[in-house]
Amino acid sequence: MDVIVLLLLTGGLFLGWSLGANDAANVFGTAVGTRMVSFTKAAAICSVFVVLGAVISGAGASDTLGKLGAIDSLSASCVAAVAAATTVYMMTRLGLPVSTSQAIVGAIIGWNLYSGSPTDLSVVFKIIGTWVACPILAGLVAVVLFKITVPSIKLARLHLLRLDALTRLALIIAGAFGAYSLGANNIANVMGVFVSANPFTAVKVAGLVSLSGVELLFLLGGLAIALGVFTYSKKVMLTVGAGLMPLSPVAAWIVVMAHSIVLFLFASQGLESFLAGSGLPTIPLVPVSSSQAVIGAMLGLGVLKGGGGVNLSVLAKIASGWVTTPIIACSVCFATLSVL
Amino acid sequence: MFMKKKIALFSRTKALEAEIEEFLGKLSQSALTFQTAISVYLQHGANGEFQGMVQKLAELESRDDALRRSIEAQLYRQTLIPESRGDVLGLLETLDKVHGLMEGGLYALSIEKPVIPESLVPHFQDLTTAAVSAVDHLVLASRAFFTNIDDVSDHLREVMRYEKDADKITTELKRTLFESELDLSGKLHLKSFVEYIDDVADGAEDVADRLGIYTIKRAI
Repeated sequence: MDVIVLLLLTGGLFLGWSLGANDAANVFGTAVGTRMVSFTKAAAICSVFVVLGAVISGAGASDTLGKLGAIDSLSASCVAAVAAATTVYMMTRLGLPVSTSQAIVGAIIGWNLYSGSPTDLSVVFKIIGTWVACPILAGLVAVVLFKITVPSIKLARLHLLRLDALTRLALIIAGAFGAYSLGANNIANVMGVFVSANPFTAVKVAGLVSLSGVELLFLLGGLAIALGVFTYSKKVMLTVGAGLMPLSPVAAWIVVMAHSIVLFLFASQGLESFLAGSGLPTIPLVPVSSSQAVIGAMLGLGVLKGGGGVNLSVLAKIASGWVTTPIIACSVCFATLSVL
Repeated sequence: MFMKKKIALFSRTKALEAEIEEFLGKLSQSALTFQTAISVYLQHGANGEFQGMVQKLAELESRDDALRRSIEAQLYRQTLIPESRGDVLGLLETLDKVHGLMEGGLYALSIEKPVIPESLVPHFQDLTTAAVSAVDHLVLASRAFFTNIDDVSDHLREVMRYEKDADKITTELKRTLFESELDLSGKLHLKSFVEYIDDVADGAEDVADRLGIYTIKRAI
């Protein structure tokens, strides 16, 4: 492959790396932080399933980003990705809540403004609606899971040690599902802007598996996420496990499952076609914030326990991120394209 | 291979569960031995049967020490129950102390052989029954902590009830003792035995207090 092409993909690959470094903690943070699962095992499972999710189920959310704005040159795609990455970096440095999903949407709108392409407002509202729905839905799913899981555990009268062993297994399975959902939903953030200007063509691996150009693009993005998981996520996982989530292992499993289910819902083309085929309203396939899904699930459990642990300022910060992140990313992208 | 590993994990867990159950079972057996030994002493003095029971309780305590060490080592080596490991270790260690109190009480009786007036025998028996009942319910509460967390508080309430009973009997027994015609050295000697038995109930209450906190922490 042309070195220039690879260089132009670096913006997306960097986003992928930072996604792996940060968001792997949402699926394996508690398990690793509480030493229920070793980091090496968690990183290996997470990497494999992130790549699988990206390649197998990553197209849905990417299509929605494509409807928002199709960036048709590789260099402009690179600028959009770098603008999103810069926004994420700047806001993280300033201690502001930020989501890669929201940054990339802002960057695409910035491209639309620069290139004079129309921005479909119905798609914008659909995306924003999804961001709002994501933590709420995660909270609701967490409540339902809690209501099912806790009585079931009590009914089963499991010995503490057996419950511990089963919880470990459940955390690994939930982590694998979470990693798959993360790859499926968030690969759009990493490689979505490159789809219209995709430099890859279809290949057949070992004469057995056919990969389309887009799947190859997503495979590369998935590998970047996996690299982020292996090189930098341990520190974040230990912080999340020991600090932000003072949850019991079972509650942690509920949070990871709620997060994974919500991300999967917003990524699954199979579910979308099933709902459409059954005449039911479909769930929009949009990249959503993995961290906000986790926070939503935790808040759901907090409300269920009487609301004592619910911090309203956290909610306000999340809501402010829905507005500020896309605006900043849009401005950075527009300004960069104008200068270049 | 993954499934094999998981099955191995469950079999190790099963063996450890059996060790914890044996630990609790031995403590329960010791409480019964303690009660029977005191009853034998009150009726027949430090005879061979009594000495045999002192020996039996010492063996039970020694086996529990070995079990406790084995359980603690496995919990750490296999990094099991990271969230509750400290609490489980604390529970086993304090339960072992209650075991030690019973063993110490019987040894003191066996060595010092106090003469207990006939009139005080029923009081000593009632006190022993209350203390042993507190230990029995503590064992039930501990077992529930591992298997059915919802039942823990019911057993803990019983521990508190029997400990209160033991306190009442202790006060009454001491009053009766010091109003008796015994000389002061005899009174003080017997007082220490009242306290040996009451300490068992107090020890059970201390563990129950800790267990109450551990149970709250385990709430999902």
